[in-house]
Amino acid sequence: MVKNAPILIPVVYLTACLVIALIRPRFRHFAYPVTLVAVSLASAISIGMLCLVIQYGIMRYQFGGWVPPIGIEYVIDPLSGFVLVVINAVACLVLIHSLNVNKVEMDQRLVPYYAVVMLFMLGLNGMVLTGDFFNLFVFLEISSLAAYGLIAVGSKGSAFAAFRYLILGTVGASLYLLGLGFLYLKTGSLNMADLAAIIPFVQPQKDPALIIALVLMTTGICIKMAIVPLHGWLPDAYTLAPSVTSSLIAPIGTKVAAYVLIRMLFGVYGVDVISREFPITFVLGWLAAAGIIYGSVMAIAQTELKRMLAYSSVAQVGYIGLGISMANPLGLIGAVLHVLNHAVMKACLFLVAANLRIQTGHSDISRFDHTYRVKMPWTMAAFTVAAISMIGLPPLAGFFSKWYLALGAIENSQWIFLGVILVSSLLNAVYFFRIIEKVYMKSPGDHAAKEEPAVKFGSVEPALSMLVPTIVFAVLLIGLGLFNALIVTRLILPMLPPGM
Amino acid sequence: MNDLTYISYIPLWAVLVSLAAVPLILMSSRKPNLRETWTLLAAGIKFLLVFSLLPGALEGKSAVIGLLEISPGVDLALKADPFGVFFALISSGLWMFTSIYSIGYMRGNREHKQTRYFASFAVCLSATIGIAFSANLLTFIIFYEILTIATYPLVIHKETREAIRGGRQYLLYTLTAGLLLIAAAAWTYMATGSMEFKAGGFFEGTELSSAAMTTLFFLFLGGVGVKAGIMPLHSWLPTAMVAPTPVSALLHAVAVVKAGVFGVIRVVGFVFGPEVMAAHGLNIILAVFAATTIILASLLAFKQENLKRRLAYSTVGHLSYIVLGAALLTPSGFTGGLMHIATHATMKITLFFCAGAIYINLHRENISQLNGIAKIMPWTMAAFVIGSLGLAGVPPVNGFVSKWYLAMGALEADQLVVLGIFILSGLLNAGYFFPIIHRAYFRKGEGLKGHKEASALMVVPLVATALLSVLIGLRPDLFFHIFELAGGIARSITGVVP
Amino acid sequence: MESILGHYVYWVIIALLCIGLYAIMFKKNLVKQVIGLSIFQTSVILFWVSSAVKWNATVPIYDPAYPLETTALYINPLPHTLMLTAIVVGVATLGVAFALLIIIFRRHRTLNEDKLIENMKEW
Repeated sequence: MVKNAPILIPVVYLTACLVIALIRPRFRHFAYPVTLVAVSLASAISIGMLCLVIQYGIMRYQFGGWVPPIGIEYVIDPLSGFVLVVINAVACLVLIHSLNVNKVEMDQRLVPYYAVVMLFMLGLNGMVLTGDFFNLFVFLEISSLAAYGLIAVGSKGSAFAAFRYLILGTVGASLYLLGLGFLYLKTGSLNMADLAAIIPFVQPQKDPALIIALVLMTTGICIKMAIVPLHGWLPDAYTLAPSVTSSLIAPIGTKVAAYVLIRMLFGVYGVDVISREFPITFVLGWLAAAGIIYGSVMAIAQTELKRMLAYSSVAQVGYIGLGISMANPLGLIGAVLHVLNHAVMKACLFLVAANLRIQTGHSDISRFDHTYRVKMPWTMAAFTVAAISMIGLPPLAGFFSKWYLALGAIENSQWIFLGVILVSSLLNAVYFFRIIEKVYMKSPGDHAAKEEPAVKFGSVEPALSMLVPTIVFAVLLIGLGLFNALIVTRLILPMLPPGM
Repeated sequence: MNDLTYISYIPLWAVLVSLAAVPLILMSSRKPNLRETWTLLAAGIKFLLVFSLLPGALEGKSAVIGLLEISPGVDLALKADPFGVFFALISSGLWMFTSIYSIGYMRGNREHKQTRYFASFAVCLSATIGIAFSANLLTFIIFYEILTIATYPLVIHKETREAIRGGRQYLLYTLTAGLLLIAAAAWTYMATGSMEFKAGGFFEGTELSSAAMTTLFFLFLGGVGVKAGIMPLHSWLPTAMVAPTPVSALLHAVAVVKAGVFGVIRVVGFVFGPEVMAAHGLNIILAVFAATTIILASLLAFKQENLKRRLAYSTVGHLSYIVLGAALLTPSGFTGGLMHIATHATMKITLFFCAGAIYINLHRENISQLNGIAKIMPWTMAAFVIGSLGLAGVPPVNGFVSKWYLAMGALEADQLVVLGIFILSGLLNAGYFFPIIHRAYFRKGEGLKGHKEASALMVVPLVATALLSVLIGLRPDLFFHIFELAGGIARSITGVVP
Repeated sequence: MESILGHYVYWVIIALLCIGLYAIMFKKNLVKQVIGLSIFQTSVILFWVSSAVKWNATVPIYDPAYPLETTALYINPLPHTLMLTAIVVGVATLGVAFALLIIIFRRHRTLNEDKLIENMKEW
């Protein structure tokens, strides 16, 4: 059982996908419980596996008994175990939250929607689990195709947003495949561990093919990760997608791409190649820094909550990119910790946006006022906590990832990056306090001057199935902040690649 | 662990007690009396807890408690060293007065959202005590930022357009400061591998160039200097005057600005240390900023027509007394600066209480409207006179004692310019306070009929703080041993017996 | 000259890549963009396929005429099989793309990118 554990998660998701797809429209409401069972099972398995990996070391699963590098293998090491827990646990809470949201937003399409959600999760999990670069490509496409579908069922413009994502995403995946072609031609292997052993002998600094492979693959992944200037698909896709999709994709979609990037740069090519012999991290760092500032400034300019959060995602992914680009232990700790922290923060914020949409029918910042706080105190409290964490004030989680990033920047004497990290905190404060100010202080009377009526509140807080996950995320943020040292020493330090 | 430290949970309880009061305050929002009981109870317990740390502090011992590892190698740790106890004693002691006064003020003014007010107030105090007892820079930053956030609802309490603007400016300044402090702490950690506060500093033997050292010092100065109101970083302070008066009192006398000054001394005495400061000429930078601030702020105070704004500028000036005292790097300078934290706190809180009492009672806030009010508010104005005399440095009010030591420190350091600044600014202080007293006592007032002295809930605290000021002036070592404590801290920083 | 002619396959692939990218970036009609995307993918697939082509070699099935020691006479099957998967993925992508196009056309009655972006501001 334990030996076969790595394969269990894909099996669970695939089975759930098939089971859901078989549900008749009349019984469509059964799709939700099946989804929940699958995702909670997957979360439990991934937590269990992480514990095992921490205790006993790396787990491998060889398909059909074929020994790599011939066969495909699944590898769970501390890094992939960690990311698995993050994506499955966050998805679990988001999907619990989805019950009422989906009833409102896509009542007739519940069955195909949840089936595609399962495919999406399968793709993401597969990307994290696999130890084979081509297998990774396949899972990447599975998750992407599912994501296009999940986005396209949203508001009127969502199909076009999904189409643009599809074009960019497929170009990214093709570039990745092209790069992989070069890598395979030179090394004759697709297995990550095998490649890591081969590459030092091929001496990438003398072989342009390997460098081309590195550049093409990194570019492909960066499109998925939405590193500026390859972020064009993200804002529309996140904004126009249905609430559940955006709260599902925003926290975990880009994170898996970040994981792949870490795996490729540090796990396969190695620190020496990427930071000294061919400093691709230099370019990545500047792009990430530009993305942090650009995303934050654009977020300030938005008047719609989901779009603002989308641009903020562009900025936050920049943090992860920045941490990776530092290529030192502290920066990498910051990046990996930010994968976790940002997933929780963004999930919390998107759930708040979903709550607002369900309860009031909109998430337009200019219409927020004091009544929102009075009627939905818990939702707004969760928003405030997540916002403060996004700004990066201690002792909330967001502060600590920035803290490690700042330490990493200082270690590399990258003073401009240090400045970027600090300035973006201020910019975050601008766009979040703008909302907090409105929600806590603007009197609803101010609407009288405008034509739009103040929103009528049907019920007060959203249903418990929506409220509880939102609050759990907010509480998690405090917990993750206070116990971040535990996470760093127990989980993140063991995953640092050798040579750091 | 050496014989100068002992493990004790008291610092933790002292931090948590007012935090524990927050849910109670929130839950009893419908019953004002019960709600205020919680506030007072927390204030009392907190003060007693801090007071119980005093004997240890007088012997130079520190109560320490490590809570949890917050970052690898760095604990979220509390350490009640003499300096921390000193600051905590002042804050928690004056919180009691402020709490009583707040109740009178808020009820007298029928303010809205009193529950939020008292809850934020309690969080503020927790954060302040946390700052006082922080054992390392990271813990300090955490409480420093909590203080920033918790003060925000107080600053914008009135929710008017002006208040919101003031709140924005406050946040802009303090958040920026927080970020600079984070950068400084991160750099310090990378350079020294330590963030633990240590009397005399922990920077010795690091290989930073003088330029890097200066940059780092400026980062620190930007971080703590904003809250300490060092010019040109002071302008949030007068703007934040839109807050209710007890908040101003708290901002200006007890918590926020004192946290800033406390931070400056922590940086000077416990991070860099006098020797490193002097070696890189950092004390001169600090002294120049502080001296400029003292003179400019005193001059600007003349221009202020609004009583609270005039007090605000006076605060800006007096904070820099403390900073300047520390910048002298002599035992008497530190002693005087530390004493001034305490003495300025009691005097300025008295003055703000008076301003608030006048506002609630007569709805007047401009100085020109104060003609003849001494006749109807004799107690309030008497307290005001004591407070302003003290700030001008007239004995026997406590302001004299601290200024005396500051002057001694200037002489010890052979800085006659600094001495001149102290004397000049004392005269300026007298200059901007005297007209107020003159109007109140010797001019004929209008429209004062039918008004009486403010409510007892406000008058008693302000008279009490005024009396406290005189008492500390006459017998600094009575009850709280402030002088002894300050001397001990100065010795531990400089390593010299004064 | 040798290096240009000798690698003519690569030049064809690069040309295809550029044509595909051009269509994706500059064509206003969404269907044409999809066509460009398809060309782009095909060029990548061709790159892989061509990489495993060998003259005077045979399929990787054991043949007594080619002793096992002479592995150079067998073609490496892996890139080709991998590309089977990639082609399937590409077809699936095309399917999703056309499905999206149908939805877009139903919702907006146009497939012109400029008009769609113009409309986008109103949503």
